[in-house]
Amino acid sequence: MTRKIEETYGLKGLEHEVIVTRVDAAVNWIRKNSCWPQPMGLACCAIEMMAAGAARFDIARFGAEVMRFSPRQADCMIVAGTCVYKMAGVVKRVWDQMPEPKWCIAMGACASTGGMYRSYSVVQGVDHFLPVDVYISGCPPRPEALLEGFMAIQRKIDHSKGFAALKSPASTPLDAGALEGPIIIRGE
Amino acid sequence: MNTPDAISLLKARLGDAITETPVFRGESGVSLPRERIVEACRLLKEEGRFDMLTDLSGVDNADTVPRFEVHYLVYSFADRCRLRLVVGIPEDDPVVDSVSGIWATANWHEREAYDMFGLRFNGHPDLRRILMWDGYPHHPLRKDFPVAGLPAELPMTAVEAGTAESAPMAGGPFVAAIGTPSSTRREPRACDTVAERDRAVTDPNRREEI
Amino acid sequence: MTWSPQAEGDRMIINLGPQHPSTHGVLRVILELDGEEITRLWPDIGYLHRGDEKIAENMTYQQFLPYTDRLDYLAPLANNVAYAYAVEKLLGVEVPPRCHVIRVICCELSRIASHLLGLGCYAMDVGAMTVFLYCMREREKIMDLFETLSGARFTSSYIRIGGLANDLTPEFVPGVRAFLAELPAGVAEIDGLLTRNRIFVDRTRDIAVLSREQAIDLGVTGPNLRASGVDWDLRRAHPYSAYPDFEFEVPLGSVGDCYDRFLVRLEEVRQSRSIVLQALDRLPAGPWYVDDGKVFLPPKTDVLTRMEPLIHQFMLITEGINAPPGEIYFSAENPKGELGFMIISRGGGVPHRLKIRSPSFVNLQALSVMAVGHLLSDMTAILGSLDFVMGECDR
Repeated sequence: MTRKIEETYGLKGLEHEVIVTRVDAAVNWIRKNSCWPQPMGLACCAIEMMAAGAARFDIARFGAEVMRFSPRQADCMIVAGTCVYKMAGVVKRVWDQMPEPKWCIAMGACASTGGMYRSYSVVQGVDHFLPVDVYISGCPPRPEALLEGFMAIQRKIDHSKGFAALKSPASTPLDAGALEGPIIIRGE
Repeated sequence: MNTPDAISLLKARLGDAITETPVFRGESGVSLPRERIVEACRLLKEEGRFDMLTDLSGVDNADTVPRFEVHYLVYSFADRCRLRLVVGIPEDDPVVDSVSGIWATANWHEREAYDMFGLRFNGHPDLRRILMWDGYPHHPLRKDFPVAGLPAELPMTAVEAGTAESAPMAGGPFVAAIGTPSSTRREPRACDTVAERDRAVTDPNRREEI
Repeated sequence: MTWSPQAEGDRMIINLGPQHPSTHGVLRVILELDGEEITRLWPDIGYLHRGDEKIAENMTYQQFLPYTDRLDYLAPLANNVAYAYAVEKLLGVEVPPRCHVIRVICCELSRIASHLLGLGCYAMDVGAMTVFLYCMREREKIMDLFETLSGARFTSSYIRIGGLANDLTPEFVPGVRAFLAELPAGVAEIDGLLTRNRIFVDRTRDIAVLSREQAIDLGVTGPNLRASGVDWDLRRAHPYSAYPDFEFEVPLGSVGDCYDRFLVRLEEVRQSRSIVLQALDRLPAGPWYVDDGKVFLPPKTDVLTRMEPLIHQFMLITEGINAPPGEIYFSAENPKGELGFMIISRGGGVPHRLKIRSPSFVNLQALSVMAVGHLLSDMTAILGSLDFVMGECDR
């Protein structure tokens, strides 16, 4: 392959400067290393999320350079905190405004399952209305756990087969060797 | 004036309406009928120098009569003393006069008492729910309301639990491939023609594919 | 959701939040604007109403303690302390002196942490991103200290009714001293970046002035009240815990604008540092919990070897502390203001009614008065200067 490039373009010694790969791999590599979070900081977990964004734990070194509050500019929504029914509509609306591809992290016990708030006003887990990719347990999870969850999203992105699925319309990304599961990170 | 003097002042002006509650852990209070609360509060603020209303809360005594109570905690900065006023409110007529004209802070406290107990405050400028959404049919802090809640119509949008399966069990990941019909459904403005957009927006099978 | 205000004339209604970078939690503010100027506003809360008071009616007093952590989640230990004192007042129980002093240390460290984060977020909203990172750096040190003390960085629930979860660990006191030695430099950095910064002063001076009378009428407490010039601090006015033994100053503002609120909080950080240093110097030896098996869990060695502690343990866990019937109100000077617990007990281990007098709930009401007449862009400065927390406001 490298020889063909050399012959076609009359260039020699380019082997070290050209990488040949699949579009999926390239696009996935780009996506996972520039996944900007949308911090849906609702309650206490938002403070640990801010700590993860601050200098000590530094989520920016994973590519999440800025916390983009505008959903139009974000890739990954981190639902951090208790979602109550009054707020759920807002969270769903913001989620809908995020363009594809997008992922969702349910950070903390309250976002995952309602946490210790078994009460009349709390949604028992945002997965009732959002497709959650990664659950992080903890009350609140340590910032390191959030980083681990973020890395799980990156692994998930790595395995996605967006372009390969286009080749054969019958197969959907769902059967294309994707990670199964709920992915659950232990938060402490 | 300190708290015992304040109680004496109230007794002097309102007479038999005032009953002292027993002193417990150093705290004094009075209980009075609901018709006299505004008068008592105005007296305490103007003559008693109780310039701050620290707290106003509703209480539901499920089995006693009267069923509801409102507890007012007033505080005097000048004399550094606190006094509690308690009014009883019957179940069949849960109304009491508002003190938001006396202390502006009572506004939100009374809205919360309305929201949580269903107590109405006469003369309140804007009595509507504050913690639960408008249109929520129940009053959560009543004793007959279970902590897990009762069914109610949900506000505004798509949180119909039960219509959406918990996502991972539906077989994620939820990444749409580029250019599939679902992205145009989600982003109608990404369509090329108006007809396409109308089709995308009004498509009844919105949930068939992510 | 169904209620919405009508704009007067050709004014515009704009919605701010509940998802917005500057609302410090899930607060929604509906603004009526005349051009850029705010003419009326309606704060809409309840987006984090988790039903704490209802939950409290179904839990024993000890079981409710972790919920108090999550009220003002910037200073979890301070809420724990206030709740513990409230329940101890109801029970008529006095903890030993060492416990009082340790609780003061926890409260004041939480105050430093809360003010740092409040100031950091305030500065970040106004545009000074660096200050946020500096504040978080200092906060991380405090979180590490809490982790050495209790095992959890953040919502640690370290306090117990009648005492603490455990005594001070050996690394804690040297760690606190080391932190307090570094804190003045950190605060000086923030001071140097903001206090005489032309842009910051322009954005905060004479913005949202709250007069003394307005503040008292609206029930505002805490640094907001002191910034308006009212000399009232619960640690002085109604001393509780070990505060009577410590000397500290209560900073007061003169104008009651956003700048004053910033200055008051910054100075309170310095005063809190002084209190913790005094507390460390005067830390008494002795028991750290009340030796009453009906209130505090007996040591495990006793529970496993003797009958009476075993029974106490059993009763405390299954039925909770048997409180006498009665009603109390106890309030503490929390970083946000006066956090009060009104507890009505009918006997038994579960309260009949637990009302949380939340400072943020009351302080937020002042927003409708403070922000009128200012520009939309002042809104972030005003929200930041009020320093409220929705977890506490909505409960």
